[in-house]
Amino acid sequence: MFVTVPVVRVRSAHVAYEGRAVLQGVDLPVDAGEVVAILGANGSGKSTLVRAVLGLVPLAAGSVELFGEPLRRFRQWQRIGYVPQRLGAGSGVPATVAEVVAAGRLARRGPFRPPRAADRAAVAAAIAAVGLADRAGDPVTTLSGGQQQRALIARALAGQPDLLVLDEPTAGVDAASQDAFADALRGFVAGGGTVLLVAHELGPLRPVITRAIVVHHGGIAHDGACPEPAGFHADPGHDHVHPHAAEPLGTPLGMWQS
Amino acid sequence: MTDLFASDIFLRALAGAVVIGLAAPTLGTYLVQRRLALIGDGIGHVALTGVGVGLLFDQSPVLTAVVVAALGAVGVELVRERGRTSGDLALALLFYGGIAGGVLLVNLSGGTGTNLLQFLFGSLSTTSSDDLAVIAVLGAVVVAAMLALRPALFAICHDEEYARVSGLPVRALNVLLAVTTAVTVTIAMRTVGLLLVSALMVVPVAAAQQVTRGFRSTMHAAMAIGVLAAGAGVVVAAEADTAPGATIVMVAIAVFLGITVAAALRRATRRRPRADSPQPEPPEVVLQR
Repeated sequence: MFVTVPVVRVRSAHVAYEGRAVLQGVDLPVDAGEVVAILGANGSGKSTLVRAVLGLVPLAAGSVELFGEPLRRFRQWQRIGYVPQRLGAGSGVPATVAEVVAAGRLARRGPFRPPRAADRAAVAAAIAAVGLADRAGDPVTTLSGGQQQRALIARALAGQPDLLVLDEPTAGVDAASQDAFADALRGFVAGGGTVLLVAHELGPLRPVITRAIVVHHGGIAHDGACPEPAGFHADPGHDHVHPHAAEPLGTPLGMWQS
Repeated sequence: MTDLFASDIFLRALAGAVVIGLAAPTLGTYLVQRRLALIGDGIGHVALTGVGVGLLFDQSPVLTAVVVAALGAVGVELVRERGRTSGDLALALLFYGGIAGGVLLVNLSGGTGTNLLQFLFGSLSTTSSDDLAVIAVLGAVVVAAMLALRPALFAICHDEEYARVSGLPVRALNVLLAVTTAVTVTIAMRTVGLLLVSALMVVPVAAAQQVTRGFRSTMHAAMAIGVLAAGAGVVVAAEADTAPGATIVMVAIAVFLGITVAAALRRATRRRPRADSPQPEPPEVVLQR
């Protein structure tokens, strides 16, 4: 009988930054087809958790498996599409949207093989999927924050991954881009994809999410259905600090309650 | 002018300069993208120690400079990779140690100030055909590697974490960039000198990106500007009897200024008559109440 392997399996993961414990024994299995949102206050360790899943942050203890392979031996990076929080700062030279999105094909074609027609077609399709077809030749720095975020999602989609990992994809993103993003995600899930995303607030994504994890003080405080948002002022002791000046104020959710 | 082009010395100088003018901006595009515009200068300092080693032990200074500069560049890369705040000081120690060590070793080898100046500011007119062959071969290798690996090198310079998650051999590519920087610095030593090498890596890129929109177009334009500045600089230096290295760099800076002014004028004249300007960007934040 065919036994399905979890797409992601985190076992008692510990992560520490300079002696300060950020994750303390987190367990997280994600099965194929799930759309998992990782929620939590700033500093709860939610971003660290996905960065540890991708091997961008070393584990002090515990283990991570991707598609059944221990992270150390994992080589099928074309199966993963990563969307970072924002465009890297290292862009002293202009780059067009198409050039940035084309980097999404590298996991599939490797560093030495030049792009083929299939690569170019996938790049064009991914740019169209996030509604940026008319901006493909423009420098990414001329795009709005929301459009830049869509370009990063297109980069991840261009590699035709099985698992999308997104770090706060909708933080500081305008409503039009949030809707475009929710549509793109819906299409990806309909095609059989698995999603792991860190979110501060769900907004239009809410109907797409199948499971929510709440990270609190480096541990998992909730694992199950999407929790009802607690109002911004529901918790008198909330110490939430807004990191982005341009955050949408539509659904001000500082803390999530299980 | 015709006499000039009949002279072997001049033609060798011109050929060497054009090779560097092509290779340096090709590599420099990645360095500028990574905001490491001054790294070439630092590696140039380190290369001087290599020159000193070569003169002291009676080896080819170009060869020893390549080796020492490559070791220095890989060391810089290791410091950068760890991302420590003390990295800034570590680099300063390496660079100033490099230039002081170079001066001391050149002195110890019985070298004169003239020797030193040749390496610091270039001595294009003493380019032999053997030198030219080395410059041409290494320059071709640099250009070929930087062009062939452009998508992967672009990815690691643009967003290193994303490149890591793409499974790219990030460390190997970073070391390749570091070694290529060392090689470029060393072959450019004869043309513009160790103290001006960085200018040929950076200034053409700075000029190009005033008018380009993409990474590839910036690289190609920078290569064209580099070749133009190197060629014109050698001709002007021969005509006006000025130092070729400094002349090349001044021509490159003149191109930069010219392009910057032209681009600013074009933007200013375009903006005014346009009534049908593109529709405004959607607002970043939608206030719902």
